[in-house]
Amino acid sequence: MRNNRLAKWLISGPPLLYLLLFFAIPSAIMAFAAFRFPGDYGGLLPLMNVNPDTGKTELLINAGNYADFLTLENFTRFFQEPVFFELFLKSFWYAGLTTVICLALAYPLAWLIARSPKKHRDLLVLMVILPFWSNFLIRVYSWMIILGPQGYFAKSINAVLGVIGIGPVQLLFSHFAVILVLVYVHLPFMVLPLYANLEKHDMNLLDAAQDLGANAWQRFWRITWPLSLPGVWAGAALVFIPALGMFAVPDLVGGTDGIMIGNLIKQQFLDSRDWPFGSVLSIMLTLAVLMLAGLATLIGRGGKRNAL
Amino acid sequence: MALLEIRDVVKTFGDFTAVNHVSLSVEAGEFFTLLGPSGCGKTTLLRMLAGFEQPDSGQILLDGQNVAGVPPEKRPVHTVFQSYALFPHMTVAQNIAFPLKMAKVSQADIKARVDEVLDDVRLTQFATRFPHELSGGQRQRVAIARALVNRPRLLLLDEPLSALDAKLREDMQIELINLQKEVGITFVYVTHDQGEALALSHRIAVMNKGEVAQLDVPETIYSYPNSRFVADFIGQCNLLDATVVGIDDGKMKLEIEGVGIAEALPVPGAKVGDKGTLTLRPEKIRLGATLPAGDGHEVHFKGKVHDCLFLGDVTIYIVELDNGTLVETMLPNAASGRARFFDDNDQVELAWRFDAGHFVLA
Ligand SMILES: Nc1ncnc2c1ncn2[C@@H]1O[C@H](COP(=O)(O)OP(=O)(O)OP(=O)(O)O)[C@@H](O)[C@H]1O
Ligand SMILES: [Mg+2]
Repeated sequence: MRNNRLAKWLISGPPLLYLLLFFAIPSAIMAFAAFRFPGDYGGLLPLMNVNPDTGKTELLINAGNYADFLTLENFTRFFQEPVFFELFLKSFWYAGLTTVICLALAYPLAWLIARSPKKHRDLLVLMVILPFWSNFLIRVYSWMIILGPQGYFAKSINAVLGVIGIGPVQLLFSHFAVILVLVYVHLPFMVLPLYANLEKHDMNLLDAAQDLGANAWQRFWRITWPLSLPGVWAGAALVFIPALGMFAVPDLVGGTDGIMIGNLIKQQFLDSRDWPFGSVLSIMLTLAVLMLAGLATLIGRGGKRNAL
Repeated sequence: MALLEIRDVVKTFGDFTAVNHVSLSVEAGEFFTLLGPSGCGKTTLLRMLAGFEQPDSGQILLDGQNVAGVPPEKRPVHTVFQSYALFPHMTVAQNIAFPLKMAKVSQADIKARVDEVLDDVRLTQFATRFPHELSGGQRQRVAIARALVNRPRLLLLDEPLSALDAKLREDMQIELINLQKEVGITFVYVTHDQGEALALSHRIAVMNKGEVAQLDVPETIYSYPNSRFVADFIGQCNLLDATVVGIDDGKMKLEIEGVGIAEALPVPGAKVGDKGTLTLRPEKIRLGATLPAGDGHEVHFKGKVHDCLFLGDVTIYIVELDNGTLVETMLPNAASGRARFFDDNDQVELAWRFDAGHFVLA
């Protein structure tokens, strides 16, 4: 009995410690920071100081007087200025659109791989994750070259558009570029869970459905699709959440117009050095994602045991 | 006109012939069984009836209509799959409603018919359960209910009971017979279990290597197998190599090498000099320490007990004849308190009526 418990702690100890040190504690620090004042030269307003004359550490605030070092001002700012809410909405829209496009592209691909002869499947999966073998930034930079006005891709598109009398369009530094690259970067994260799910499907179920009168579309919609929903949800989460917080892609290919909430958070921490407000933005983002996940779970549960 | 007619159907996979010139017909309301060892082409034939495979040649007629080219979803034929193939994301009621939905039956009718068939298979209180919350036997009943609910012209069952344990299988056999009587739907039933086939079927087609070896009612298949293969495959059977040495007076004389002469009913086509097999069921042989001659058991041999197997209701005695041939016999244990009449190496006598054995040429 005791050995068993000891073994459990030994096994789960290191990862727990890791999560505590690098996730739980930093999250708590960030949550605390959201209620503090920004420092005069960035960061947080210090709570204590070393007196240069005496060399002693002194508390700069009156610990009993919370108003001296805690404030709701950062949250008020977030809710009072609509620009932040709009940026949230836009980021959710980008991430949502990316997720939907990834799903639409990945589903047929995953389905085809799952249906291909067993001996080819590993190779096909390998090809899906092949892009990971090159650096993420290099892949995004490649898109900058492809989409840039001097690239053959942009040139040929504009040539075609010119023929039908539409002026040259700018591909790089646009909403289009952000969505395109977000989709490109996240596609494998949608393909893999979908493939893992579809590959396990029992082909007998499709035979049974067909035998009982279901045509090709009904077999997909009534059998394959509902059974693949766990894969769809997993893929959607793996695409939506990173896409929502992404700052590198909008930074590089989005231009001034294409920024997302991740860019704003990065800006607060690195450029404006307003840590409290950056923390507020991060917390609001996390809360929004959690609420969305909760909602999805509720909907998923509600639909399960409906009538005939 | 027969409900189902299979005419000279051939199906090959590469250079392997899975179904070889099979012709048979099934009448409406019949419980028809395809029986044969593993790999003899039963499932392949069934899949052609369901429409999942196309015959290379020959025709399949349903109600006189050639069904070539009609896809599975358009055939009035439903299948109970060996693996059940229940939809795991649907409740029992949803599973059973599936074929009705596909057939665009109205919501109210669906409800009524699902309730009715749930009652037929005694699963009413399980309607809202999911398949993984059911026992094997319950799943089996859902699969049957789902295949029956839309009243197909033909119900195909591919070894539906093979995944169940022996006791449950027996219960389900009785349920199946009753269900088939009740709904009056024609069953084509596949099994490799000869006992199941004999118990359930109106008629049986015994298959071997893609061909129909014998097609008849169970009693005939059992008592008058037409080949050594059928005799051996169906139940326990003694197979004695024999040569025809005389035919007269409605009897046939057979020489069993090294043992003696046995008599049997003449078989059409057998002539003096033909070699073949005398097939003899263990329960048709009398066994005793000494048996009086002329009590109607015309065939008489001596031997010694080689092995005894106590099975509870009967005891099997394996008797060694003079030429070393082993013959299986049995004595019921019902009447006496004793379970063993003989021991190994006891000298015994065997006798059987001349028409108990059945000679086959092949
Ligand atoms: N799609 C296929 N491709 C190649 N060979 C096949 C295919 N389907 C069946 N066969 C072969 O055809 C033969 C008959 O198969 P079938 O499944 O009809 O046998 P069965 O009588 O149902 O046997 P069992 O009792 O084991 O289910 C087997 O030897 C099998 O290997
Ligand atoms: Mg089979």
